[in-house]
Amino acid sequence: MSGFLLKRFANYVVLLLVATFLAFALAAVTFQPLSSLEQRNPRPPQATLDAKAAELRLNDPIPVRYVAWLGDVVLHGDFGQTVTNQPITDELGRRVGVSLRLLLVGTVLGTVIGVVVGVAAAIRQYKLSDYLATLFSFLILSAPVFAIAILLKYGATTFNQATGSQFFLFTGETSSGLEGGFGTHLVDRIQHLVLPTLSLALLQIAFYSRYQRNTMLDVLGSDFLRTAQAKGLTRRRALFKHGLRTALIPMATLFAFGFGLIVTGAVFTETIFGWQGMGDWLIRGIQTQDTNITVTVTLFAGVAILVSGFLSDILYAALDPRVRVG
Amino acid sequence: MCGSAEKGIDMAAPTRPAAGSPTGDTPPIADGTAISAGSASPVVETATQYVAVSRGRLVRRRFLRNPLAVTGVGILVLLYALAFLGPYVIRYDYTYIDYTALLTPPSPEHWFGTTQIGQDVLAQTLRGLQKSLTIGLLVALGSTFIAAVVGSAAGYFGGWTDRTLMWIVDLLLVVPSFLIIAIASPALQGKSWLFLVLLLAAFQWLLTSRIVRGLTMSLREREFVQAARYMGTSPWKIISSHILPNMASLLIIDATITVGSAIIAETGLSFFGFGVQPPDVSLGTLIADGTASALTFPWLFAFSLGFLVITVLAANFAGDGLRDALDPNSQKGRAK
Repeated sequence: MSGFLLKRFANYVVLLLVATFLAFALAAVTFQPLSSLEQRNPRPPQATLDAKAAELRLNDPIPVRYVAWLGDVVLHGDFGQTVTNQPITDELGRRVGVSLRLLLVGTVLGTVIGVVVGVAAAIRQYKLSDYLATLFSFLILSAPVFAIAILLKYGATTFNQATGSQFFLFTGETSSGLEGGFGTHLVDRIQHLVLPTLSLALLQIAFYSRYQRNTMLDVLGSDFLRTAQAKGLTRRRALFKHGLRTALIPMATLFAFGFGLIVTGAVFTETIFGWQGMGDWLIRGIQTQDTNITVTVTLFAGVAILVSGFLSDILYAALDPRVRVG
Repeated sequence: MCGSAEKGIDMAAPTRPAAGSPTGDTPPIADGTAISAGSASPVVETATQYVAVSRGRLVRRRFLRNPLAVTGVGILVLLYALAFLGPYVIRYDYTYIDYTALLTPPSPEHWFGTTQIGQDVLAQTLRGLQKSLTIGLLVALGSTFIAAVVGSAAGYFGGWTDRTLMWIVDLLLVVPSFLIIAIASPALQGKSWLFLVLLLAAFQWLLTSRIVRGLTMSLREREFVQAARYMGTSPWKIISSHILPNMASLLIIDATITVGSAIIAETGLSFFGFGVQPPDVSLGTLIADGTASALTFPWLFAFSLGFLVITVLAANFAGDGLRDALDPNSQKGRAK
């Protein structure tokens, strides 16, 4: 098993290196970081522009620039500087923390509730609750994430106005200048967390519950479940011990893909709710034509998705007794 | 195998449980026993009941029995008609500016209201719908074509071809396609929207190609393919006339569902200004422009969002129904 995982890990590292190189090359080719300087009025002297170009190493070949950037990352943990000379590493930690909080809470809520909803819908097939769950999933999956986030935001505004309270907070991840102890801060953070997390979790609930319902329906009609009940297990025990575990196996492979969806979704959520995370940074990076920021975010997304792929491999092996590798 | 899942916004039954083992997939080939029985169980008790039904009729019957799917296809056809014929019927052009009506709510004059600078929202929405539907259709055709070619080549030739192609798929799956298209977007500025179609298509085929590969691998061992090979038919001829027609149903379903997911991807990119560029409009740019004042002036984005959700829902229902009608392994489409 460990040999298998090690081999897979090595493969992932290679994939990640090539993917970040391609992203780096793409950004370096399409971005024109000097354009904001050139368009200033009066136009800065040519020497200034040349100095900036040299500083950003714009005249070096792209592979050389990539290797230099990667070398700094690997050797010094230094992700380079932005176009405006801010060290990226300083901001990286905080932004990763913000994004991870959103992604992890969203994923855990989304997968757990999604699986529960899917199983419940399958057990109560063709009942009202099943139809409602199906309708909900279809609607959510047919609307873009940003539409859901914006509707949630306006729903919350209406709720706050109607009740005259500040129950939902939706700008940033904390209130600035908040006084009080640990408890106050925790409540404040949770109040900020609710809506962005909900908009990501809803997407995942819709996504996973559809699949879980179908895999569960396949299992419900199976012989082994009938056998389990025939040998004396209650229906509930048979469903959970034999049915659910089998129905979860295909879901393990879906997990990696679902995580890719949520990483993309987080870009919208962070922008709309004013969270200064990695997704928000990507948009800023592209707007300021900044190669280093963009590639750092790409690297983060790649690592996050590969970790989820790794997790889904482990999950698969843990759930499926037929998997024996290494 | 990172992300070896079925299609993204694919809500219908993955009737085959193991997405992880491509070789375990059953090809969607009509097998005589299942379809001939029509309205009975595979065990035919009385010979008088036995009526042979052609595949075309069977598919049509199964499809028509699914009201959601029929509605989905109907709505899609209506939407395309509305988007392409509507602009000739309505009173205003999407570029027309009515200086006497700035930011007015829906009225008999302007059915969907007007924008801040006096554009007719109805005309804009139809124009946006037209662009989004065109993009959706072209991306669906393009990505399904790439998926068919790459997946069947990988599955049929095996060996190094397979390993290289699947490695490329893995590579493209490592980073969300949204990020890559967003990074490439500055190069799109001032270029035709057809480049956006190419970019979107370049990232939509990945998961489908895996499924196509799995199906090809099992079809390759079937007698009719072996026979064609021993007759000296060239590999690409075998793929195009023996292998791909046998998964036509999968490809049709996939293309239908991709119309929806491509439109969603387009609106997402346009939301940040990375997609369709002004002065052209799409549903995405309309929604993005309208969201800033969604609570006070809801007509600015409610109609385009409504059309978007209806389009994607219709595409998904149609794909779902097609699957039930075309896939002989599907339980739902069978007579009860």
